[in-house]
Amino acid sequence: MLAINGFAPRDWNSHPPYLSPDYKSTPLRAPTKPLVILPQGLSELTGPVYGQDAVGHLDHDLTQNAAKSGKPNGERIIVAGTVTDENGRPIPNILLEVWQPNAAGRYNHTDDQHDAPLDPNFLGAGRCVTDQSGYYRFITIKPGAYPWGNHFNAWRPNHIHFSLFGPSILTRLVTQMYFPGDPLLELDPIFNGVPEAARHLLVAKLSIEISEPEWALGYEFNICLRGRTATPMEA
Amino acid sequence: MVPKQTPSQTVGPYFAYGLTPEQYGYDYKQLTDNILTENGVAQIQIRGQVFDGNGDVVHDAVLEIWQADSQGRYAHPSDPRKTNTGFGGFARHGTGTLADHFYEFETVKPGANSDDQAPHITVVVFMRGLLNHVYTRIYFPDETLANEADPVLSLVDADRRGTLIALQEAEGSYRFDIHMQGERETVFFDP
Repeated sequence: MLAINGFAPRDWNSHPPYLSPDYKSTPLRAPTKPLVILPQGLSELTGPVYGQDAVGHLDHDLTQNAAKSGKPNGERIIVAGTVTDENGRPIPNILLEVWQPNAAGRYNHTDDQHDAPLDPNFLGAGRCVTDQSGYYRFITIKPGAYPWGNHFNAWRPNHIHFSLFGPSILTRLVTQMYFPGDPLLELDPIFNGVPEAARHLLVAKLSIEISEPEWALGYEFNICLRGRTATPMEA
Repeated sequence: MVPKQTPSQTVGPYFAYGLTPEQYGYDYKQLTDNILTENGVAQIQIRGQVFDGNGDVVHDAVLEIWQADSQGRYAHPSDPRKTNTGFGGFARHGTGTLADHFYEFETVKPGANSDDQAPHITVVVFMRGLLNHVYTRIYFPDETLANEADPVLSLVDADRRGTLIALQEAEGSYRFDIHMQGERETVFFDP
């Protein structure tokens, strides 16, 4: 037996309910029965470990990591921030994966038939591992808005998809980062599935500190994962 | 100020080049595939489909598995019996590339871990229309006695336990379908 501190539960004041009827893919895919509370044991308190060596040296730079013959089109930006837990402790050495459409609002995916051009120099995927301070940094192109079939004249606000691991399989998080001042946010049922008081947590801040003069604007997006509880679990 | 958990959002329909690029034919290295080996060998296959509330197969889900090695040891510093077989324990597969939208993992059958639980695999499921990932578990049909004694299965209503137990299709070959809704709705956990 080993005593390991467990993790605080998922905070359902932050996370969206599974059934968010305005987002029309949820009614047939949301679980209908209550989730079964699972005591945290060794299977929950462990998870995949990725170190700095998991990522290539250009993986964090989406303007270069798929370039074939030049630079991608669009506005170059820097997206950076700190990953912490709920106790405010930075989380070092965790993997972040991101994906997004290009500047024209087109995903490089066969299911995306939006009439906007693909960019031969932009795939739209990247990854990095947080440093010892829990800090991460991506260089990318500001993603475009695009139409989707949820309702008449539906458009997704500009966003970047994020996937994070953290210290255990319990801290797994997939989310989306949005941009400040986007008028499409109030019309978006995916963003608005989140309880109102928590929505601002998904909107990055323009940061002059992260911006680089004569080169790129910077956005700060800090991410908070489930924190350890004070009580050790017998695992 | 104490930070609040960043809200979850759906993985959406276009995760393929971000999470599973090589599986879907993109020219970008992926970190994780659907094969887990112990000393270079995989012994079992687990495959299945994901169904929505209409009973339609979901073609844009991505599944992740996390499991112990054949001796019940996790590749993680919190497991004092940490694996020594090169077994990573984490794999990922999307439902968009195989015929009939199956997912498929090749792996080893996990041993019982030091929690005295029956052999099981943790499954994390993401898809368009799912605003938070769901957690479930795969148990094995050839572990009847261990399953009967398992403290997690015993938390589940007896008439729903079967949704957590894979079917044996052949020697070393298991099937585990996931039903998001309906009479056979899979048991999902909130760990």
